Amino acid sequence: MMVTPMHFVIFAVVLFAIGTGGVLLRRSGISILLGLELMLNAANLALVAFGRMHGTLDAQVFVFFVMAVAAAGVAVGLALLVAIFRKRQSIDVDRLNVLRW
Amino acid sequence: MVVLVFYAAVVVGVVSAVVAVSHRNPVVNVLSLVVTLFCVAVSYALLGAEFLAAAQILIYAGAILVLFLFVVMLLNAPEVKSASEPRPFQRAAGLLLAVAAGVGGVALLMGIQVVAPSAQVSGDAQAIGRLLVGPYLFAFEFISVVLLAAMVGALVLVKRKH
Repeated sequence: MMVTPMHFVIFAVVLFAIGTGGVLLRRSGISILLGLELMLNAANLALVAFGRMHGTLDAQVFVFFVMAVAAAGVAVGLALLVAIFRKRQSIDVDRLNVLRW
Repeated sequence: MVVLVFYAAVVVGVVSAVVAVSHRNPVVNVLSLVVTLFCVAVSYALLGAEFLAAAQILIYAGAILVLFLFVVMLLNAPEVKSASEPRPFQRAAGLLLAVAAGVGGVALLMGIQVVAPSAQVSGDAQAIGRLLVGPYLFAFEFISVVLLAAMVGALVLVKRKH
């Protein structure tokens, strides 16, 4: 029995589906951001596994860049949450309806 | 040995990922996501990406999730339990879409032509560093501008207006 890169890709798909469930089912802003992080990590893992199949290092460099962009995105997202919480006293995304209509 | 480590990482990673997205307490969510990301780092190491495994622990577990934890404790927002909590249709639709993402992904993978695993390439810091300051130099420099923009944006967003 051997572990091939395909096993890692399937692990990544499972993690991605769990992250999707978190984004779709939770209503707290922080939980949605956590689900997004999980999905980004699953995509990174799949990228590294595919890169391993092809025997190149470029995929790992891309994953490094994705990590940096994800860090930037999370910083802005959390700042948005803090600003929203100050204004509305809540981070429940169902109550964020000021942009509706 | 590799098989054992891989399946241990998969089991622990999936269980803690489910806890991370389903538990009520946000602190538990963040801390179990740390466990999941550690399992992803183990997978990187098994795939021969040693530098990324270290970067994953340093950047994600060390920096990003600490930021999450900080915000969770700063906001200290109680999970709202409003009267409209059970929304059977929306919950079912969300669950269905999430399962479809997983099943669709696996189904897609069944169809692709698997390339034979090539010779092991070492993803150590030296090899990655040569790529970063070589062919990817512009992207590497540009990522610092992106991070600076995010930092300034975050500061502007949370600044109190007097």
